[in-house]
Amino acid sequence: MVETKPHTTESIREILSSVLDPEIPVLSVIDMGIIREIGIDEGKVTVTITPTYSGCPAMHVIEESIRSTLLENGIDSVTLKTTFSPAWTTDWLSDTAKKKMNEYGIAPPVQIPHSALLQIEIPKVPCPYCHSSETQLKSEFGSTACKAYYFCISCHQPFEFFKPL
Amino acid sequence: MNNPPQLFEYLIRIADDRLILGHRLSEWCGHAPLLEEDIALANIGLDCIGQANNLYTVAAEVEGKKRSADDIVFFREAVEYKNLLLVEQPNKDFAQTLVRQFLYDSFGLLYFDALQQSAFQPLAGIAQKAVKELRYHFRHSSQWILRLGDGTDESHQRTQEALNSLWRYTGELFESDSLEQQLHSEGIAALSSGMKEEWDKIVTEILNKATLQIPSSEMHQQTGGRKGQHTEHLGHLLAEMQILQRSFPDIKW
Ligand SMILES: [Zn+2]
Repeated sequence: MVETKPHTTESIREILSSVLDPEIPVLSVIDMGIIREIGIDEGKVTVTITPTYSGCPAMHVIEESIRSTLLENGIDSVTLKTTFSPAWTTDWLSDTAKKKMNEYGIAPPVQIPHSALLQIEIPKVPCPYCHSSETQLKSEFGSTACKAYYFCISCHQPFEFFKPL
Repeated sequence: MNNPPQLFEYLIRIADDRLILGHRLSEWCGHAPLLEEDIALANIGLDCIGQANNLYTVAAEVEGKKRSADDIVFFREAVEYKNLLLVEQPNKDFAQTLVRQFLYDSFGLLYFDALQQSAFQPLAGIAQKAVKELRYHFRHSSQWILRLGDGTDESHQRTQEALNSLWRYTGELFESDSLEQQLHSEGIAALSSGMKEEWDKIVTEILNKATLQIPSSEMHQQTGGRKGQHTEHLGHLLAEMQILQRSFPDIKW
């Protein structure tokens, strides 16, 4: 019998860093900040996740990928839990995650100055391709709930912007 | 949280508001007048249904009867739905859809803003995210009210008609019954009756800018949604939404 090292929170995080977001397949569930807690009890693993955008249709796919990836790594007792508090925010995306997103062609969320409840400023978003700040909001709602649709006036390239939440 | 049935009932109300409004928006999918609007309405609908799903999930846990969010949605009758009458009103045309959305968004923004402070943590968490999503929704619907109201003769006329026909359902938004008052005193619920003044201010400002006439405050108001007394429209909506799961229980895609 082959002696296997018992899993630790760190080794599970390592495994989960290969589970990618199906809509931004350069970012892992760790990069996205949706893994909130990992619990290990006598070989049984509990992963607590939190949803991103409320209407994100990718959450089911993500849950299934987490389960099957852990299974492939020999962890067959996996419980997935969902927590709603604290609420996920784009502030949890790491700088590395934002950089990867930009290289993939999606402008990462920018900090919006705090504003009144009824007013949100339309942020200045630099083009992920040519980095020009001469860009224009075309539609507040893009291919998924989390993205807006922009156009770059300098390089004439349409691109998506991950909306701050 | 001493009384799970009360908390369950309260969560169901807010979830039903979001679900029914989201379902109405989904009816536009593939039919909206512009591609961008088709995408926008579908995305806003998705946000609404996602928030509802989160609220039902929490409600099901509070209830503790091993029902799932899907069970609650697909196997309740119209009388068991507790949504506001406003959100179940039919789409009719683009103007009516956007007026309905605007009247709700301006209320929902205030309501979910208050719920961020709920003493019931899961509800506070759901509200913290919902309020950010609602800000995008409100910006979308209020900008359309300005464009439609202060647009062509036809768009103005249709928007005014929509406002006249939906106004009778706005009084209900601010009825705080004993359940809401009780849970508010426990720090869990938001108190809608206290939001009327602020809502009037927001809505009046935008309707004035849009050159639209605000219907008379004397207009007879229709209520009953929170008691399960609905307009005829909800039954039709539920029939379409529930038929598949009722014909083939537990069917999986
Ligand atoms: Zn560019």
